[in-house]
Amino acid sequence: MIDKAISCLNAVEMIPDGAVLMIGGFMGVGTPNRIIDELVRQGRKNLTVISNDTARPGVGIGKLIDANAISKLIVTHIGTNPITGKKMIAGEIEVDLCPQGTLAERIRAGGYGLGGVLTPTGLGTTVADGKRVIEVDGKQFLLETPLRADFSLIAAHRSDYRGNLEYSLTARNFNQVMAMASKVVIVEPEHIVPVGVIPPDMVATPFVCVNHIIARCN
Amino acid sequence: MDAKVVIAKRVALEMKDGQLVNLGIGLPTAVPNYLPANMEVYFQSENGIIGLAAAPDAAMTDPSLTDAGGGYVGAIPGAASIDSTVSFGLIRGGHLDVTVLGGLEVDEAGQLANWVVPGKMVPGMGGAMDLVTGAKRVIVSMVHSAKGKSKILKKCTLPLTSVRRVDLIVTELAVIEPTPEGLVLREVAPGVTVEEVIAATEAKLIIPKDVPVMAIGTDEAPVAKAAQA
Repeated sequence: MIDKAISCLNAVEMIPDGAVLMIGGFMGVGTPNRIIDELVRQGRKNLTVISNDTARPGVGIGKLIDANAISKLIVTHIGTNPITGKKMIAGEIEVDLCPQGTLAERIRAGGYGLGGVLTPTGLGTTVADGKRVIEVDGKQFLLETPLRADFSLIAAHRSDYRGNLEYSLTARNFNQVMAMASKVVIVEPEHIVPVGVIPPDMVATPFVCVNHIIARCN
Repeated sequence: MDAKVVIAKRVALEMKDGQLVNLGIGLPTAVPNYLPANMEVYFQSENGIIGLAAAPDAAMTDPSLTDAGGGYVGAIPGAASIDSTVSFGLIRGGHLDVTVLGGLEVDEAGQLANWVVPGKMVPGMGGAMDLVTGAKRVIVSMVHSAKGKSKILKKCTLPLTSVRRVDLIVTELAVIEPTPEGLVLREVAPGVTVEEVIAATEAKLIIPKDVPVMAIGTDEAPVAKAAQA
C-alpha cells in the first residue's frame, strides 16, 4: 500500500509562494488548522486562496490574512473579517466575490471535467458583468467557468491509511467538492483509522483523490 | 412590542407544517422562537445541515455542528448533513420552500439589495443571491427605515441581489406584498395607521379598501396555530 502519511512540515514545504490553494471550511469550521498554522510559520506569501470566507481575525483562514500570506481571494463573503475588508480597500488583496452556490459549482466543474456551469444566480446583477448569458429552453443562465487549484487543503473527520475520507456534520461543507479539483490534495483528518474501519458506503471522498494525509504528529 | 419581536412574530405566521426554510443572519434568526409548539418546520443552514435546532447546553455542543455564522447549534433527530453542492442544489433547484432574509433596500419592482454598499461595506453575497434566485418564496424581514430614511424605495440605489421580485416584505410597521402592479399594503402593525406607513415609505404603496392589523397578539408569546387559519 502506498504510504500517504506525511508530516505537516513536509506537506507545507511542497507548497511554493504564489500557489493557488483551495481551502475547505465555513467560518473556520472544517478548516485544516494545522496546515494553516504551518503555512504561517513557514512564511508563505502571495497565495491565491479559493474558499467560502476568511472566517474571523485569528481564526482559520483569518490567520493567513493576519500573516499577509494572501494576495488574491476567490470567496463568497468577507464581512466577518474586517481585516480582509481593510486589506482589500488598501489594494493589498484582490477579492473576487462569487455567490456561494456558484462557487461550489465552479469547483465541482473544475473537478468533474466540465467546461463550466449554467446558473440563474447573478443574472441581471453586477455578478453578470462580462459573462456570457446562454438561453436554454427559453430560460436565461449565466455561464460560470470552472475553478481548479494547485493544492486542495481539506479537513476530514476520519481518514483511513489509504485516504478514504469521512466528514462530520457542517465541517463537511466545501471539503468534499474541493477534494476533486486540485492537482495535489492534502487532507488533515481528526483521526486516522485502519483500512476497513470506514465502510465503503460511508466513504464520502474515495482514496484515489487524496495524495497526502497529515500524520498525527510532526 | 419591540420592533424585532413584531417582525419575527409576523414572519412566523408565514410558516407552514413540513416546509424547508432557510433563515438569513440577523433579524430572521429570531423567527423560530415564535413558531407554535406543534408546528414542524425544517430549517436548512446553507453550510450543510437540514434540521437545524437551537444551541444545546454548552456541555453538549459539537464543534462540527454550526450555523452559517459559525455559532454552535443543535440538530433535530433525523437531521441530515450535506455538502455545499447539495446545499445549494436544494436552494437553486426548487427544493427550498421559504427563505427569510434581511434587506438594505427593496423597491417598487420588489427587487432586493442586501449584499454590498459600494465603497463602504463589502461583506459579499454569501448565499443570498442563490437564495433569492432559487427559493420558492422569498420573505424580506427588516426594519422599515434606517437613520430616518425609508428602506422601501421607488428604485434601489444599491447593487441588486437578484432581479427576482420578492414575495413579501415584513417590517415593524407593515406587511407589504410586491405584485406586478406595485407594492400592496397588506397589513399594519398593532397601533400603526395606514397613513403612518405611507409617510414612512418612499415607494408608492397601493392601498386596498381593507388593511387589517397583523394577527400577532399583544404580548411576546407565539401565536397559536389555530389563529393562522
